[in-house]
Amino acid sequence: MPQRSVVAVGASLLVASLALAGCGTRGGDDGGETGGGSSDNKVAKIGVISPLSGDLSALGKGIEHSVDLAIKQANESGAIPGWTLELAAEDDQASPDVGKNAATKLASDPEVVGVVGTLNSSVAQTVQPVLASANITMVSPANTNPALTQGADFATAPERAYPNYFRTCTTDSIQGPFAARYLYEKAGVKEVATVHDKKTYGQGLVDAFTEEYKKLGGTVVATETINPDDDKYDAVVSKIKPKNPGAVYYGGEYPQAGPFSQQMKAAGLNVPLMGGDGIYSGEFIKLAGSTADGDLSTAIGAPTDTLASAKDFVAAYDAAGYSEKYEAYGAYAYDAATAIIEALKVSLKDAESAEAARQGTIDAMSNVAFDGVTGKVAFDEYGDTTSRVLTVYEVDGDAWTAVNTEEFK
Amino acid sequence: MDAFAQQLVNGLTLGSLYALIAVGYTVVYGIIQLINFAHGEIFMIGAFGALSTWIVLFKGQTALWMLPVMIVGAIAASVVTAVIMERAAYRPLRGAPRLAPLITAIGISVFLQEGVRLLYGKVPGFPDAKQKVPFPVIDGITGQSWNPGNIVIQRAAAFTILALVVCAIGLWIFVNRTKTGRAMQAVSQDPDTARLMGINVNRIIVVAFIIGATLAAIAGVAQGLQVTNINFKMGFLAGLKAFTAAVLGGIGNVWGAVLGGLTLGIVESMAVQFVPGTFGGSPWKDVWAFAILILVLVFRPQGLLGAKVVDRA
Repeated sequence: MPQRSVVAVGASLLVASLALAGCGTRGGDDGGETGGGSSDNKVAKIGVISPLSGDLSALGKGIEHSVDLAIKQANESGAIPGWTLELAAEDDQASPDVGKNAATKLASDPEVVGVVGTLNSSVAQTVQPVLASANITMVSPANTNPALTQGADFATAPERAYPNYFRTCTTDSIQGPFAARYLYEKAGVKEVATVHDKKTYGQGLVDAFTEEYKKLGGTVVATETINPDDDKYDAVVSKIKPKNPGAVYYGGEYPQAGPFSQQMKAAGLNVPLMGGDGIYSGEFIKLAGSTADGDLSTAIGAPTDTLASAKDFVAAYDAAGYSEKYEAYGAYAYDAATAIIEALKVSLKDAESAEAARQGTIDAMSNVAFDGVTGKVAFDEYGDTTSRVLTVYEVDGDAWTAVNTEEFK
Repeated sequence: MDAFAQQLVNGLTLGSLYALIAVGYTVVYGIIQLINFAHGEIFMIGAFGALSTWIVLFKGQTALWMLPVMIVGAIAASVVTAVIMERAAYRPLRGAPRLAPLITAIGISVFLQEGVRLLYGKVPGFPDAKQKVPFPVIDGITGQSWNPGNIVIQRAAAFTILALVVCAIGLWIFVNRTKTGRAMQAVSQDPDTARLMGINVNRIIVVAFIIGATLAAIAGVAQGLQVTNINFKMGFLAGLKAFTAAVLGGIGNVWGAVLGGLTLGIVESMAVQFVPGTFGGSPWKDVWAFAILILVLVFRPQGLLGAKVVDRA
């Protein structure tokens, strides 16, 4: 019967379109070229791989602009004589597949020597091998999954995963426990529910949190997951509510965490939602609405605007007139770019071409040490930052306010 | 027991939303045998229409009386889009093989999504729609929830269920008690004879699109009020689920769409709560929803309420 077959054909077309929607590339916002310097200079490019479109673009744009700022400043001060640095920004749409394509594109450009990115740990997993095989230094301002530096068995047998990978932020194996200690010791919450979005970041964060929280003596009364594509979380909230947790620890990012907080409180579960640096964004408060007061997040480092070392960065960023804020990772992206530039000072000095300096840049990275925007920047034997300062933020009205900054021991 | 009642409420809310959208798939299919895959986008545009109305007329206010105006704005946006879509894309393909309008529908769906994503923020005063946009808060709808027993009924959820009831009654009156409604039934049964009887078939087809768009717009507002944010791709998954609901209930049958939507919503909510072990919880709810669809189609291929359709040339 033709009518039935139209339904059948329609259903299969729909499935096909679903599959295609997953891999569609959205171009758009390409990064501005950074000019400057005299024309007979050789060109070396620093790439950026971050979400420049989509739900996480607020964070991704902040990263792109901050790297742009670092490059401009280096060119103006003539940091590397004979060379002009340029920005090559690629959109990863927060998707591992798109990120891999972006990395392949950057790796095939002989002028690219370093990459700042990615935002998402899950995207880093596909980007790392591509950049590693091309010997391109990769410095992430935001990947917090411990496995990226210390390998899959990071808890028992840490082993450096990729020699070209570094990060300026600390990891979930510190961030999760830091949150657990705050909730149990400072906030006096003895029973929590955990929720995560099944992504590398969210799950890793919740695992690290749960381990420390149980060690402290706390009880996890419910463990749930959500589907990041969903808009409504009623069913999950209804399942958690009868367990009466004192707080909900959420592993994931603000596009889901904001609505989750709002729906949780609308359904009568009036306890704070706590998350990691993935929810530390102004967008979280906009999405969570007026009931977000008291929600908590941890973020790496001390608050950017209170650091004396960050004053110049904030002033320069504002003066440059970017249309988006530097957000949670801007300062880390700036430090990541500066770390690459510091390494380039060594590796590009006698290099024939940018491509020939790639391995030299990786080698120089381990000796990089300077006072950055976020504090001392240096890398340990795994490529992790040596700084372990974190801050707990609380939503107060329409802004995040810092409640507790500490070095994690 | 509390958990059961609570998930029943959640399921009915979710199901009401699916049902409101599913009616649009089913009325259009009932008349021209077209699966209008761009219908999910009509739902999304309804939500953005309500938001635009609010920004233009009431920005910063929260009074309840604005809601009807926002609904009118939502309906206007959806209906205009649906009518243009029918006139510009589907009518020229009326005599074409059935695959042509189907693929066109998918094209329109992508076109509308990307249009909203790229252009909405370009309008002065409108927020950038490349990420989730907060939906206005309305007094009385987003306030304190009701708590009969230990069950929480959110006001926005009650609004959604109420909207479905009102729309279903209105639709029943329209289809059975008005001249245009009877004409619709006639066209659905046999367009050629209907035309011979003096019915303007093109007009009836436009009416079918308008009905679908109106209900989808109301669903868009309901969704915005419930989750307090909207985004350019909200229509994709919702449209897919609503299409499933329409097939589950028997595509072409309006009451089937309502029943299918409610069934799907309740199955999803119950699966989160009551399926134990590895296959339970939120990640598996869609699997159970589609498993039910497959079971129904295996044992009752015409859907729950679908009549055995007479094949038509």
